[in-house]
Formats: sequence, structure tokens, C-alpha cells
Amino acid sequence: MIDFSYTALILLIPLFLFVLVGLFGNRFKPLVSGVIGTSGLFVIWVLSLFTAYKYFFVLEKATDGSFQKLLAVNTVWLHLTDKLHIDMGVLLDPISVMMLIVITTVSLMVHLYSIGYMHGEKGFQRFFAMLSLFSFSMLGLVVATNIFQMYIFWELVGVSSYLLIGFYYTRDTAVAASKKAFIVTRFADLGFLIGILILSYTTGTFDFITLTGSSSPAFSSGQGVWFLGLSTMTWSMIFIFMGGAGKSAMFPLHIWLPDAMEGPTPVSALIHAATMVVAGVYLVARMFPIYIHETAALDIVAWVGAFTSLFAAVIACTQFDIKRVLAYSTMSQIGYMMLALGVSGYGGHEGLGYMASMFHLFTHAFFKALLFLGAGAIIHAVHSNYMNEMGGLRKYLPITHITFLIACLAIAGIPPFAGFFSKDEILVAAFHHNKVLFAMEYAVAGLTAFYMFRLYYSVFWRKEVHYHHTPHEAPATMTIPLIFLALGSTFTGFIPFTKLVTSDGLPFEIHTEWGIAIPSILIAVVGIAVATVFYRKENNIATRLARSMGGFYTAAYHKFYIDEVYLFITKRIIFNYISRPIAWFDRHIVDGTMNGVSYVTNEASFRIRKFQSGQLQQYAIVFVSGTIFLALLFIYLWTN
Amino acid sequence: MFEGVPLTWFLITGTIMFFVGIYGFLVRKNLITILMSTELILNSVNINFVAFNKILYPGHLEGMFFTIFIIAVAAAEASVAIAIIINIYRRLVSINVEKMDEMKY
Repeated sequence: MIDFSYTALILLIPLFLFVLVGLFGNRFKPLVSGVIGTSGLFVIWVLSLFTAYKYFFVLEKATDGSFQKLLAVNTVWLHLTDKLHIDMGVLLDPISVMMLIVITTVSLMVHLYSIGYMHGEKGFQRFFAMLSLFSFSMLGLVVATNIFQMYIFWELVGVSSYLLIGFYYTRDTAVAASKKAFIVTRFADLGFLIGILILSYTTGTFDFITLTGSSSPAFSSGQGVWFLGLSTMTWSMIFIFMGGAGKSAMFPLHIWLPDAMEGPTPVSALIHAATMVVAGVYLVARMFPIYIHETAALDIVAWVGAFTSLFAAVIACTQFDIKRVLAYSTMSQIGYMMLALGVSGYGGHEGLGYMASMFHLFTHAFFKALLFLGAGAIIHAVHSNYMNEMGGLRKYLPITHITFLIACLAIAGIPPFAGFFSKDEILVAAFHHNKVLFAMEYAVAGLTAFYMFRLYYSVFWRKEVHYHHTPHEAPATMTIPLIFLALGSTFTGFIPFTKLVTSDGLPFEIHTEWGIAIPSILIAVVGIAVATVFYRKENNIATRLARSMGGFYTAAYHKFYIDEVYLFITKRIIFNYISRPIAWFDRHIVDGTMNGVSYVTNEASFRIRKFQSGQLQQYAIVFVSGTIFLALLFIYLWTN
Repeated sequence: MFEGVPLTWFLITGTIMFFVGIYGFLVRKNLITILMSTELILNSVNINFVAFNKILYPGHLEGMFFTIFIIAVAAAEASVAIAIIINIYRRLVSINVEKMDEMKY
């Protein structure tokens, strides 16, 4: 048995860095706090890689040959009853170890990149403190041993996301975006909390190992009680998925993610592309053994994922802000992962979707972080977010150009880049489950290739725009992460995930189904080709096409008016018919009672205030007569 | 020396002194006189203590000690009170108790 207790350090180091840089950051030079943060992250990156090596290759397997679920560290934090207690600890299993690698790698790259990107910004130290806080919360989330610990860290990532989106707090849009992100995800977390309460009430435990084990109380309890045709456990899973959907920006709780792009670009890369937004996928994967018994909940996961991926891909084709294109692309890819979980079965080859989802999560973290960091380098060079103010940048930004191209190829699903392998597995899983879902995802694959290359050509090709000053390549602290992530995007596709991360922990064999792989490559190529025709040279084909689509294009450009629908519901309906009566009640009835009490007190004391005359002897008379009165009273009482 | 003097006489003396003190406290306007009235009140209590001790519990000394404590405390109190009165005089150029009415509503 290997001792994994050192994994607690993976959590404690970023927490320590947060406190250190957060409290004393202003006494350091900006660069020093950046270097402290980055080196701390480097240490936990090495620790995570070491843990992964030990876990996957050295640790002996369980008796049935699967990877063990291991409690590396565990302490009881809140003792509720003997059975029900909230623990804090580190759980190691294939997905949490995989997430450790994803988070620490991307976080390290983002830290390094931020030293260059945030150079000279006001609040540099604050930025690094928040990054450490985020890394701590996200790592705590993935290694959570029980669902309550996960919930606590889940809220912590929400807070760090809020703080980082609102980093430029002097800008109104950033403040609005951070509030929006916080409120929308908080609303979704309400569902998560309800789900947890139902789950723990029916099963009597929070513990993941018990809950997802083969004799889990979740399978037997909560089945007898039905509500609206679904069992208690199904409802609990649906509510938990609502939390996941909020964090992972699934339709219709996605509205915060595009606005979250107001944050600094490295933050978008770390939180809103690679790590925090996949927390919802991770949550479903973590609870997967229960979901597999609740087919209704799993179907919801699949359909929400599929719809979101299509919906977001269509919007992504019409946006002009490069970060927003990437945000919608993130939503679309997370939709893929959700869909893959939704179509998956349990165990062996049945669990292909689960494996594919985790695989896609892994590869997506690399290429999407790369895309965002590349976008950051572009924005850094031209000081604009809008792709119609860019063009012809390939001469000025050679490294960014090449790495961005690799990322685009990876996300479009062109072999041998990473995205191809994971996306192909998802398509295979969808194909064997439901042909409609497969058709949707197949269309999304084409759209993905199209909008990514639309972005690529608009930024790097086309005619050169007149820049105020010549754009120049980013400094080495920014290009090194780009190169590293480009290598990741190229080679992570070859990692044999079927041997490592599977639904039941047992390895299985897969063979590439060329019958699906070749058409998926073909549609990606078609998407790229169309984008090439439209956007490589300056022409008006795209504009003409957009005009011919009329209303549909306008609707997609305006994100299908979902924001407006929300505004309508909140401002017109909730504010008018719920909030206003409540406010009236609060102001007139609740406050009225309070004001009445204070008014009466005020009046009464005003009337009797003459009593406090300041005359010593007047007080003495009252005192003496009171004493005499009491004395007489006692004498009277005693003698009777 | 006091053999044969009944307890009641002492108590009557004490009571008279007490109410004389109370009366003085309530009606005199001069702060020094008010202070003297409080001394009367304290001393009426002392007489009671001594009388009770001497007649009811001849073998004990608690009443005597209490009286001594009260005398000591009264002395301390008188010094503090006079200090306060001097300060009041410096401020108001008067020791009339009716003039000290700043602490009202």
C-alpha cells in the first residue's frame, strides 16, 4: 500500500499562497508575487504528475482488477450523527487523478502566461492571489470525498470566478458580468443543494465511495416514493444536474458564460474554458453509478447536452468578439461531454460514452486553454477583441499563429490532433445510443470546424487592417505556455484512456470505427473548406449568405434573445408581480410595525422627559419615597 | 456604663438621626450641608450596629468592626465629595444644588 497522504499538500500549497499573496502581496514587487504563485503551482503540478504515476502504474489494483477508490486523507469535519458526518479529505480515483493533472497543468500555464499578460496592470498581486484561491477551490472540488465537501468547494470556485470576472472592477460591464455569473450559478446551485438534501435524506450518507459503490443505498432507497411520475432518487439526480448545468453553462442557464469574458483573458482560459466550467461534467461523472440507474435523469443530461452544443455552435458562427466565439465554442464542447455521459452505459464497452466524455474533457482543456491564451496574445498585440478589426496577423505573430492553428485543427477534429480522438469516441457512443443525438452532434462537428476557421482566417489571413502601431509577438512567458499547450493538444489524443479512465475502473479495448471516423473527418474538412472560401480572402459571400438567411441570422447574432427572455421574465414578471408586492409588504407591514413601535416609544418618552430634571433632590425624593413604599409593602406582606 | 439602657432607646435615637439626615438631604440647598446630612445617616446606622452588637450578641465583635469600616469609608467618601464640591464651585461659582442641573433631558 502506498501512502498518498502527501496529496493534502496539493490543496494546502495554493491555500497558503492565496493567504500569503493576498495579505502581503502589496509589500512584494508585482513580479515577485507572480513568481511565488507560479513556482507554488509548479510544485503541485509535479506532485500531481507524481501522484498520477503512482496511482495508475504503481498502486496495486483492487481484487477485480479495477482501479481502487482510495481515501488518501480524511478527517471528520462536522459530526452530525454517527452515520451522517461531513468529512474533508482527498479521494483518489481515475477521474479525480485525471482532473488533478488537467487543473494543475492548465493553471501552471495560465500563471506563467499571466506574468507576461498582466504585466504592469494595477492589481497584479490581487490577480495572483485570486488565481491561487481558484486553484485551491478547484482542486478541493475534484478530490472531494463526499458530496458536501464538493458543494463547499463548488461555491468557492463560484466566488473566485466572481472575483476574477470582476477583476477590472472599475468597468461597469465587468461588474455586471461578475454579478450575472454569480447570481445565475448561485440559482443553479440552489438546485444542487436541494438534490444533495434529498440524496442524503434518502440514503443517509454523503460519502462518494458508499454512494457509488456496488451496494449503494442510492439504488434501494428513494425508489418507493414518486412525484410527477419520477422517483425521489431521479428527482435528486435531476436537481444535482441542475447545479452542474449552471456551472457548466448548459442551456438555459448558459447566459453568464459569454458575459464572463469580461474578465482578463488568462482567467477565461483557466476558469471559463478548461476547469471550472467542466465541473458540471465532473459532477455527473462522479455520480455516474447512480445516474445509470436513473435513466430519466440521464436522458435529460443527454438532451440538454446535445441541444446546448448545437445551439451554442450556431451562435458561435455569428459572433465577432473573438472571446465570445470561444465562449460559445466552450459551451458547445461541454455540451458534447454532457451528451457523452448521457448516452453512456456502465461497465466495459458499454461505458464508452463515459470514457469519451472524460477523454474529451482532458483534451478540450488543452486546446481550449490554448485557444484562449492565443486569443489573449492576439488581443495583447492589437488591443481589440473584435475580429473585424484584425486581419493578416500571421506575419506579426508567428508563434501564436502556429499554435492557434494547431488548436483549431484539434477542436475541429482533424487527426492526429487530440480533439479528433475524443470527439470520435463521443460520436461513436452517440451513434450506438440514439441516431437523432448522433445527427445533432455530427452537425455540430461541422459547425465547430467552420466557426473555428472563420475565427482563424479572420484574425490571421484576410487583408491587413491598418493598426495604430505594428503588432508584435508576445514575450516568452506568454509563448512558452502556448507552445507547451500546443504540444499537449497534439499528443494527448494518443493517451490510452480506455486503459485508465473508465466507468467501472476496468480497462477495455476499442477499435476505431472508421465508418464514423471518416465521415466526421469529412464534415470537419467541409467546414474548414467553407470557412476558407468565405473568410480567407476579403469577399462578401458571408455577408450575402447572412442576408439571405434573414431572421435566423439576426436571431443567432442576438444569441436567440435568451438574455432578453431572461430580462423579460425577471424585470416584467418577477419584479412586477412577485418582488414589488413583497417589497410593499416589507416596507409597509414589516417596517410599519417596527416604525410604529419606535414611534410609540418616542412619543411616550417625549411626554415623560420632564421627569429627568437634573435636580438631585428631586431624584432623592423619588428614591426615598420608593424605599419607604417598599418597606411598608414588605411589612404589610410579612405581618399577614 | 450603659447597663440598663434598653435597646429601643438606641434604636429610637438612630431612627431620629436617620430621618433628620434624610430631611436635610432633601431640603437643604447647600452641598456641604447635604454632605453633612449623609454623614448623619451613616452614623445613625453605626449606632444601630453598635447597639445590636453590644446588647444582642455581647461576645461578638462584628458590629464594632462594621462600624469602624463605615467610619473609614465615610472619611474617604467625604474627601472625594469635598473634592467634587470644590470642582463644582470652580465651575459654577456656587455650591447651590439647584444650580447643578446640566444633566437633564
